[in-house]
Formats: sequence, structure tokens, C-alpha cells
Amino acid sequence: MSGYSQISFETRMDSVEFRVGESAHITVDDTLCRDCSVRGCITACPANLFVPTSDGGIVFNYEQCFECGACSLACNTEGAIDWSYPEGGHGVVFHKT
Amino acid sequence: MIPGESPRPEGSPRPDPLQRADAAGSEVDAIVVGAGPAGSAAALELARNGHSVVLLERGPFPGSKNMYGGVIYGRILDTLVPKWWEEAPIQRWVTRRQTMMLSGDQALTIDYRSDRWGDPPYNGATAYRPDFDQWLADKAAEAGARVVCSTTATGLIHEGEQVVGVTTDRPGGELRAKVVIACDGANSFLAREAGLYENLDPANFTVGVKETIALPSEVIDARFGVRGDHGVDIEILGCTGGVPGGGFVYTNRDTVSVGLVLSLPELAKGDKRPEQLLHQMKQHAGIAPLVEGGEVREYSAHMIPEGGYEAMPELIGNGLLVAGDAASMCLAAGVWLEGVNFAIGSGAAAGRATHRAIQRGDTSAEGLEGYRTRLESSFVLSDHRKLREIPHLVMGDLAQTRLPGMACGVAEQFFHVDNPAPKPGLRRIIRSEMKTNGVRFRDLIRESVKAIRGFG
Repeated sequence: MSGYSQISFETRMDSVEFRVGESAHITVDDTLCRDCSVRGCITACPANLFVPTSDGGIVFNYEQCFECGACSLACNTEGAIDWSYPEGGHGVVFHKT
Repeated sequence: MIPGESPRPEGSPRPDPLQRADAAGSEVDAIVVGAGPAGSAAALELARNGHSVVLLERGPFPGSKNMYGGVIYGRILDTLVPKWWEEAPIQRWVTRRQTMMLSGDQALTIDYRSDRWGDPPYNGATAYRPDFDQWLADKAAEAGARVVCSTTATGLIHEGEQVVGVTTDRPGGELRAKVVIACDGANSFLAREAGLYENLDPANFTVGVKETIALPSEVIDARFGVRGDHGVDIEILGCTGGVPGGGFVYTNRDTVSVGLVLSLPELAKGDKRPEQLLHQMKQHAGIAPLVEGGEVREYSAHMIPEGGYEAMPELIGNGLLVAGDAASMCLAAGVWLEGVNFAIGSGAAAGRATHRAIQRGDTSAEGLEGYRTRLESSFVLSDHRKLREIPHLVMGDLAQTRLPGMACGVAEQFFHVDNPAPKPGLRRIIRSEMKTNGVRFRDLIRESVKAIRGFG
């Protein structure tokens, strides 16, 4: 990512407060992702939470989610991404936005 | 959580205002889900009319989940909070409004300024949404609404056809009401659950990303040519690296906000990520001098329902109303990018319609029909109906790349002095730039007619 950005993606995300909850509010059934040729989630997620693996799957994490919902709308494979809001009081907390 | 109370410390048991709300053994009049501008306006109207209302917010405080692309137009607040400008947490008053078209290394800007917009009652303002939304939610609380934060509404409770409350993620957190007003944002799980959205087309959504960049206020004043609490809002076309969308730059007191709005399906197709495109825009000679040297204070992202009138859900169900982003009420019509005002306008209308319905004792969809009438007679639906073609026009290829290219090309040839060659005629310049940018005469006419008709 550093070839494109003045600041690293980590530095960018470090500027955001996340009150991470214990349970994941995103789940991915990556057996479905293996047959997906589009994989829209990878570029659409502004937090870059979806990362393709060398064996054709997708790994994700939920901790630094902006809760925008783009992944589940962009996903064209029914049931592959299950996304909801995190538990009340958790997740992203904006300040100067 | 009582308004003004600090977020609960980690690990401590949650106070249970839901229990208290139910303590009388009866339901409340209304539950408003989401303490953004739509929800707070609805709750404010209801509380002022003497109703018991619970305003649920899933974030630790109102506004904590919210970001936007920059300007709050306050006229709709005049009736809700008289002289709101004396107390609202405003960053700067927009006295300078620019539309910028970028192409290659070129930039052509239309620049309007009026210091009158810097005096009461003002026109547009920039603000941090966590500050602004909390302020408006506090207004609702002062009027008697019970603001309950850190609580996610997880679903609707039905009795037959009628919505009679919501479930929440609090233990035993069922809450009943005569009317539920869903102001739960762009993803409105409640409107979806109620079946009010016929189809959710990703093409009606954009992803917004934004950097808030810290710079001393004197530097901002000098770079943007403003003083004191005056500020600038710039809308930008041709800055999204081929992904349909647009960009924006606007000033806060001691930060500058720079962002992009990108078509969701096109972003999902491409090989470019949002922050890469944002970085590209920031490198452009038209933008770089405005933001360089500043430190990124906060990065943020959100989804924007940009489809306008055609993309709106059914707004009314039995015991259920939908307002603000939850009802796709963001106006993304090229030169106009508005949302907070539409949220406040629709939320207030929902509050008033609910008040009347409860008074008359009919909170069925029919009894709540006054919501639609109110929206239709206000800017909320009349603007959206009038401008319903514009979102597609703006996201089309002509407006996205060819028009900025042609406009910059015409400006370049027009202002470039090529002595000893004589000046080319304007007609010849336009013709050659149309050709260069692949703009056919009939397309230009067709799109212009659409634009003229579309803008009313």
C-alpha cells in the first residue's frame, strides 16, 4: 500500500478510534468466496478488512470496521457475508468527522 | 443512559433505562431509532408535543457513527431551534463555494463568494458530526426525550400487521411503542426487515472516504482566502480515477476535510482502493497546495444512499415511519450535495405526523399518511422528485470524465497565448475539444436537455 499512500494504511487506521467488542459482527463463509470471481468486498471495503489468501479463500477481521455496510451490498454471492451492527457502544467512534 | 452522562466504564453493568421506560407498565408513545439529525429532529418534535419518546443510539454518544461530505444547510433548523446559530457547534460558515473540474494536470474552477453568507441567518456551515449530532440530540433530551445510547435496535416487534416496538441488544431489551421511527441510517436494517425496500440496488449507493487534516487556522485562512469563522466548500468532478463519483474539500476551524464519494459497484469491480484514489486526488496541482504538510488527524468512511427519489423505500408502514438516510434522502445532484437538512426535514415531519396520528388514535399506515403529505409539501420530496434524473446524469460518463476534460481543454486553449499564431475562434476551440474528449454533438445536446429538464 505504501507505494500509493503518503502514509501507511496502518497509520491511517491508527487515526480512528475503535472500541472493539468481543463478538464479531461480520462473518464470512469463505467456502462461497472460493467460487466468487468478483470479490467486490476486497476493493470496496474502505478499511481493507477482506484479504484474499493464496489458496483462494478470504480472511477478514472485524476489529477496524467503519460499519459502512459496503461489503455486504457489494457481495454478489448470496450468504457469503453476514454483516450487522456491532453490539451497542462498540465499534467505530468518530470525532472530527 | 441519561443524556450528558459519560459512556459507561468498561465492564460495569449497563444502567437500564429500558426498564425504567417500561416501569409504568405501559408502552411509550414513540421509539426513534438512531440519534442522527433525522432521529433527533423527530424526537424533538414529539417531546415538545408532550409525548413520551425514547431515542435509541447504538453508538456511545449521538454522532459517534456519523461522518459526511461537508456542509449543513441550516434553514430547516430555524423553526426547530430558533437562533440555532448562536449555540450550534459550528466550525466555519461557508462564504465561498466552488465547483472544480479536474482533468490530467488541469483544473477549472467556478468560484462564488459572498460575505453575506457569513452573517446571520447564514447559509451553509461546516461542523464535526459527532459534535453537531450530539448538540441536536441534547435539544431533544432537553425537550423531554429519553436518549438511550450504546443500544442497538436488533429488530421490530409485530402484533399482526402493526409494528409495536423494537428488540434491542440489552438483556430483556424489548421496548414497545405506538409508533417506531426508523432513522437508523444508510443501511436501515429496520426498513429492510419491514419489507419497505423493494430492491436494494448497490448502484444506488456510494462509498464516502474522508481525511480530516490538521492545519493551523491561519494557514487555512491564507490558503483558502477566508478570514475568521468564514470557510470554503469545494465540490470536485473528474478526480476519481475513472470510478464514477466526485470529491470534496472543505474547511473546519483548524482542519481541512478532503474526501471522495465513489460508486459502490464500480469500486467493487476495480483494482483501485478508495484511499489510493484519495491519495491521487490529493496529488493534483489543484488540490495539493491546499492540504500539503498537514497531518491526517482522522480517517473515516461511510456509505451514502445517493439514488434519490427512485431509490426511496416505502416511507410508511403500520406503526412505522422511515426518515433520513434510512429512507435514501441524501440529495446527490451534482452541484448540490445535501443530506443533513433532508434528514432534519424528514425527521421533523415524521415527528409531527406521529403526533397527529397518536392524537387521533390511529397509528396504522393510513393514520400516518400525513408524513408523506408533509414531505411532499416541503423541500424534502419536492426537491427529490424534481431532481430525480440528476443522480444518474452526474454518475454518467459524460459528466464524469468527458465534461471535465472538455471544460479544461476549452479553458486551456482559450487562455493560452500562442503568438505569433493568431487566436483561434471559440467555436473552433469547442469543436476541437469535443473531438479530443470524444463528446459527440448529439450526446451533448441530449445530456444538456436532460440537465436543463432535470434541474427544473
